[in-house]
Amino acid sequence: MNSPLLSVDNLSVSFGDNTVVHDLSFSVNPGECVAIVGESGSGKSVTARSLLGLAGARSRVSASTLSLNGRDLSTASDRDWRRIRGSQVGLVLQDALVSLDPLRPIGREIGDALRLHGGLSALAAQTRVLEVLSQVGMPYPERAVSQRSGDLSGGLRQRALIAAALALHPPLLIADEPTTALDVTIQARILDLLAEIKANGTGILLISHDLAVVSAVADRVLVMKDGRIVESGDTRTLLNHPREEYTQRLIAAVPTDKPRGTQLVPGAPAVRTPPTLRTTDAITPVLEARSLVKTFPAPGGRFRAVNGVSFDLARGETLGLVGESGSGKTTVARLVLALSTPDEGSVLLDDRPFSELRERDRRPLRRRIGAIYQDSLSSFDPRMSVRRILTDALDTAPADDRSSVAELLDSVGLAQSVASTRPLLLSGGQRQRVSIARALAARPELIVCDEPVSALDVTVQAQVLDLLDRLQAERGLSYLFISHDLGVVRHMSDRIAVMKDGRIVETGNATDVFDNPQHPYTARLVADAPRLASHSA
Amino acid sequence: MTPGSPASKVERSRSRRVSRWLLVQLGGAVFVLWAVATLTFFAIRLIPGDPAEAVLGGPGSQASQETLDQVRREYGLDLPLVTQYLQALGRLLAGDLGSSYALKVPVADLLGAQIGGTLLLALFALALAWLCALALSLWSTGGSRTAASVGQGIELTSAALPHFWLATVLIAIFSTTLGWLPPVSTGGAAGIILPVLTLAIPLAGFLAQVMRETLLDTLDAPFIVSARARGESERGIRLRHALRHASLPAISLSGWALGYLISGAVVVETIFARPGLGRTLLQAVTLRDVPVVTGVVLLVAFVYIVMTILTDAASRLADPRLRSAETRR
Repeated sequence: MNSPLLSVDNLSVSFGDNTVVHDLSFSVNPGECVAIVGESGSGKSVTARSLLGLAGARSRVSASTLSLNGRDLSTASDRDWRRIRGSQVGLVLQDALVSLDPLRPIGREIGDALRLHGGLSALAAQTRVLEVLSQVGMPYPERAVSQRSGDLSGGLRQRALIAAALALHPPLLIADEPTTALDVTIQARILDLLAEIKANGTGILLISHDLAVVSAVADRVLVMKDGRIVESGDTRTLLNHPREEYTQRLIAAVPTDKPRGTQLVPGAPAVRTPPTLRTTDAITPVLEARSLVKTFPAPGGRFRAVNGVSFDLARGETLGLVGESGSGKTTVARLVLALSTPDEGSVLLDDRPFSELRERDRRPLRRRIGAIYQDSLSSFDPRMSVRRILTDALDTAPADDRSSVAELLDSVGLAQSVASTRPLLLSGGQRQRVSIARALAARPELIVCDEPVSALDVTVQAQVLDLLDRLQAERGLSYLFISHDLGVVRHMSDRIAVMKDGRIVETGNATDVFDNPQHPYTARLVADAPRLASHSA
Repeated sequence: MTPGSPASKVERSRSRRVSRWLLVQLGGAVFVLWAVATLTFFAIRLIPGDPAEAVLGGPGSQASQETLDQVRREYGLDLPLVTQYLQALGRLLAGDLGSSYALKVPVADLLGAQIGGTLLLALFALALAWLCALALSLWSTGGSRTAASVGQGIELTSAALPHFWLATVLIAIFSTTLGWLPPVSTGGAAGIILPVLTLAIPLAGFLAQVMRETLLDTLDAPFIVSARARGESERGIRLRHALRHASLPAISLSGWALGYLISGAVVVETIFARPGLGRTLLQAVTLRDVPVVTGVVLLVAFVYIVMTILTDAASRLADPRLRSAETRR
């Protein structure tokens, strides 16, 4: 075997007295993809950046070996680093909307790498930009070069960003969460692209919190926790036979292919009885949507964001709503919550009109529908304590507030001390628990969950999903569960509705829809959803 | 290119968009000018005293009742207020600003002679303020902590300086003590330096504050990390990426800044005895010279509007997102 492309021995990174990466050692070979997996705050991104000398001005980086292509990087000067960046190592960051300069056309952004490392005429550089754009599968490269990141969709932006990193054929590509925030189909295309780049001999260091993504392309996996590698090994072996308890927890937390009602956090008592499959029409639905239509003004007419959507939701049932971004999921949620008025159709609550009421008449009914959003932090008033937030949502007499808040915190598994804290100081998982508690405060029958776990790490996500499951079993809640993550939706839902371009293209029992999709679009979604290698093996 | 090709369609929709934008701006401008004229007309009536007396040289003129009556008839001051207002509007529509009560010359000529000096002063001050603000914010965000705190101190102090005080201090230093520059404007090029400095320094502090904040935000943005990862140098990061972002809010503020400078000119022109709109306005208000006050206010409003349209256009040039956001809406 040749000498490794990148070899790192005893890499440590610290900010002041706080050491965030401890004695990390690994290597990447040409044509190999090595993944670093871990929760947020585990030191993955800092590791990636320190390999480019970009850990930050106040960081201290030390390593006994840090070499790229046989060249020692530990003594590199600022000038040396600038020569290495772009030409020897390419970096792809998460969320290309903010990782490409929104004021500059992407052709210029990609061309920058060529300009900085010289050697090409303007014409040759232009040709290379077009070439690398078509290599990453950008449709219409000639048009794309003059577009800015804001003009492109999420998937195309990510492609442009990868193109910028690949422009100079760097032997090593570092990809830091390259598919987070992307739809499954786009994620699948980007992963295919990474696999292709790898096949061309480029070494890839992939940073991700998502084990399913990692298992799709990585040859080896390093599991990182609190700045240390806890376990490493060949992807297949590690996923199938994890030795460390932490790795086992990470794998258990992945909801994909875990039957409905199974606990995702090992050791927790099972609370949910097997799902009640829909019996016949005997039950009145809690919620019924009838031919909802919602349009928005757009250039050249009105855009039908929701185009004739009908569904119903029984007591104690979860309806999963899946689809790519822009398919109209969130608009449906807003219509159900009566935050916007449908142009046509109506929403019925307990078989009585809801969306058609005047706001004054609807207000007393609003407490029967709760809501949980993806970005819970921005749904809180930052100046309110958790107690204020929950008290505001309660409909009990003020005298009982204190005990009610205590009860709510208890039911979502938060310590009583959280009550006096402000949301900004809470972790993502704690915040989402607070927002669940707030949704429960008015004792609703139905909760609309719009991407409730998308911003959370997989282990925290597992806890929140378990909590939602438990609350449903205890209180007979109905959930309208919206997510772009098919693994999550399948794990949580009794029935599934698949949305595309404002319409529901397929509905059915969760298992039927996933195992035997009828509509080609559903089939594609299911095929594109990444799964753990151990299951596809 | 054939008229039906997609490119020409894009071209046409763009020109349609631009002309619609221009129409909206013009409509707004007309409305603002009308509102300003109306407000000034009625506000001036609130100043105690008799306008007819002002025509005859102020309360000291001891004019007889007959002369006063005659002046009132001549100037239409005996008519009902609404009629006076409509007449005034009609004259404005015809482009007639009237004649000065005190100087007996057409207001348009008076303003035409004065506006050049004031605009020159304001534009020089704006340019100097931009230069200082750019230099200061680039230096203070250079990474050194000392530079950051010193820069912030300079910004805060200079933004808080009142014009009348700054002018006095500058005169004391550069004219009285050092004798380098004249304390009053004599018409030479040297005479404009101190007035420009007086106006530019507080504005520079203010603009630098805005720029520094945006610069710091931008330098933290992930796309800066991307640019560094391509091998971009510190200088390239600033010049090619950060500076453009930092200038966006400063561009938007420049329209407001010109208005601020013109109102500052009232003080500065008086202190440095410079001819200009500011001094003309001050004199006109003291003499209750209604047509001149109205003229100056309308003119300043007009400059303000033009400047706002220009900064708006400049923002749209510098920030393509503004243009595409409009099509999406």
